[in-house]
Amino acid sequence: MAVTATTPTADDIMLDASGMPLKQALAIAERNKRRKALIMALPLLAFILVSFIFPIIQMLFRSIDNPAIHDNIPNLSREIQDWDERAIPDEALFAILADDLRAAGKLKNQGKVATRLNYDITGSRSMITQTARKLKKKTEGPYKDWFIGLNEKWGEMRTWVALKKASQKYTASFYLNSIDMRYSETGKIVAQPEERQIYLTLFWRTFYISIAITLICVFLAYPISFLMATLPVRTSNMLMILVLLPFWTSLLVRTTSWIVLLQTQGTLNDLMVYFGFIDDENRIQMIYNMTGTIVAMSHILLPFMVLPLYSVMKTIPPSYMRAARSLGANQAYAFYKIYLPLTIPGVAAGSILVFILSVGYYITPALVGGRTGQLISNFIAFHMQKSLNWGLAAALGGVLLAAILLIYLAYNRIIGIDKMKMG
Amino acid sequence: MIDTNDPLVRFIGVQKSYDGEILVVKDFNLDIARGEFLTMLGPSGSGKTTCLMMLAGFEPTTHGDIMLDGKPINNVAPHKRGIGMVFQNYALFPHMSVAENLAFPLEVRGMGKAETEEKVNRALDMVQLGGFGHRRPAQLSGGQQQRVAVARALVFDPQLVLMDEPLGALDKQLREQMQYEIKHIHERLGVTVVYVTHDQSEALTMSNRIAVFEDGIVQQLAAPADLYEKPDNAFVAQFIGENNRLNGIVKEISDDTATVELDSGDMVTAVRINVSQVGERSTLSLRPERVQVNADSTDFNNIFDATVRELIYLGDHIRTRVNVCGNDEFIIKVPNSSNVAHMSEGETIKIGWKTNDCRALDFYEGL
Repeated sequence: MAVTATTPTADDIMLDASGMPLKQALAIAERNKRRKALIMALPLLAFILVSFIFPIIQMLFRSIDNPAIHDNIPNLSREIQDWDERAIPDEALFAILADDLRAAGKLKNQGKVATRLNYDITGSRSMITQTARKLKKKTEGPYKDWFIGLNEKWGEMRTWVALKKASQKYTASFYLNSIDMRYSETGKIVAQPEERQIYLTLFWRTFYISIAITLICVFLAYPISFLMATLPVRTSNMLMILVLLPFWTSLLVRTTSWIVLLQTQGTLNDLMVYFGFIDDENRIQMIYNMTGTIVAMSHILLPFMVLPLYSVMKTIPPSYMRAARSLGANQAYAFYKIYLPLTIPGVAAGSILVFILSVGYYITPALVGGRTGQLISNFIAFHMQKSLNWGLAAALGGVLLAAILLIYLAYNRIIGIDKMKMG
Repeated sequence: MIDTNDPLVRFIGVQKSYDGEILVVKDFNLDIARGEFLTMLGPSGSGKTTCLMMLAGFEPTTHGDIMLDGKPINNVAPHKRGIGMVFQNYALFPHMSVAENLAFPLEVRGMGKAETEEKVNRALDMVQLGGFGHRRPAQLSGGQQQRVAVARALVFDPQLVLMDEPLGALDKQLREQMQYEIKHIHERLGVTVVYVTHDQSEALTMSNRIAVFEDGIVQQLAAPADLYEKPDNAFVAQFIGENNRLNGIVKEISDDTATVELDSGDMVTAVRINVSQVGERSTLSLRPERVQVNADSTDFNNIFDATVRELIYLGDHIRTRVNVCGNDEFIIKVPNSSNVAHMSEGETIKIGWKTNDCRALDFYEGL
């Protein structure tokens, strides 16, 4: 390397006018510049740290964090880890459970334990709450038979296996759950029963809907960007306004307009019935399903494709195409060999932008997606807001994040991020 | 079939308008001979580039015909005209290597791989860039890119090459060097070149003939020497080379001379070029190097007193600005020879010129 080749020996270190080594002098001279740059970036850095990096770390932590049982019935959680899973635990463990549940009941924390265990074994919520309630009157043992007599599930192995897994401080069960897997009654990792497998389908659907939206956006944006880059400024400004209009309109208004246009009693169906393309009884369902999601989202995300494409096309001088033509290439060949390759950075930038945005899109599918147009983000929201299973929501988000990072890396390998141009 | 004496390119009554209101090219007629190096010279907006674009096929003619090799090409698509072209900013394809750029026109024509490679190498050698084939255009200097552009326009052996201000982006020294290189390539290959520039020294250096454009009209079409020595009108005299102008009214006309009374009252005799009658206003054109300092009346029939305003030392000559006949911007180039007379600012000297060196042209209103 050139640097090592010219590394000065002790005798011939470059000195500045005052005799200080030149490198040191340069470092001092540049220090202020660096400091200034840091100060200017600081507010944004702090903002990103607080509002972006920290929440993501917290979310990733929550996806493996499992405090509900571990913190609320701490003694049992500790002791059950030594249980060998061969037979129903003995009296000692039941006694610890009784004490812990009683203590939790006093603090009104038995509900948290019950909810958590219910994730793994449906119907175990009532078992916990019932037991905790009855324990207020039963102050001393023996407990084992009393527990089993109260609810026969206490005598089942799967209850205890689940309790052992669920009482660990950190768990992979949210992640397993988010890819349609679970711990079996014997503690092995197995697939969810078929009727409970939904997330892989959802991830897959999110993925191909996003691909479809990206392709539609490329298809729609390419010609319009080309026009904008080649037409006189006045006309191209007009087009630009039309393209940016969706940007400036409220998301809700836009989405609602699509509902008005596309619903079965909507404008488009009315027109098609009026012109006799379809019968009045066979109106086409175009909203509250996947079609609705794709149409509305393509419309919303189109500017993200147009802008990078336009800015790349703007930098391609018309003389390239003219040169190609003068050299003997017809319009189509010149486009394919010269223009298209030069616009790939714009297509790449727009595609990754639209794809990543649509993978995480929430509000539009929620409004117009119906049942078949729901994306993974809608289920993340569901677990955040309705089922309050934040651990699962976080795990789904984590899987999504990992998938996007993977796609981004693959994309970088194939296209090269350094070739991408946003403008 | 085709007579080699027939012109390769003919513009016949070509007109061009972009907006339907203004003609940027008005009645353009030009024959370009085979093997000729013809330059279209003119200030920007004079219509010269438009003519080139019409010839290349990128702009349709509004009226008139363009013939290539005896056939009208008005309706022939640009890629079927077989005309090589060098663009202002080279227009090298940035995503292809130099060799791929050169191979492009050959691939389009379906040439085999071996033959393509051989032609590409030969073209690169021609512009002294052998071994640069694998590089990207961005890795080359401006002059090298320029050479690649020239090589690419020639690699498919077109009979006609168009160049649209190809040297505009280069610095002065490189530009001069490239002028000679292009000139030599032209001489060696015998290809017909139509060259567009606004730089008159470039045009004088390279061309067989120069068409001077102004206001959509060819003002004069002539060989470089004729253009400089015998300008047809005041615009050409002013545009080509340095020129002294004296304005006055024609007092007397004989067969080939005209006597003009200048606005200052002095009388000058000049060669009659395009003045037709007595009483008309005329602009006299006089080259700075044709003016003699300390002239005596035996050789020079126009002798006047001049006041030296400014002396600029330029090595081979001394550029002297004087006031004569009411013109304060009159320039004389005094050769820096050993017997040159010493002059100082403010001094009054006698200057003179021959009738043959002074041309009475149409009245020029410009500055």
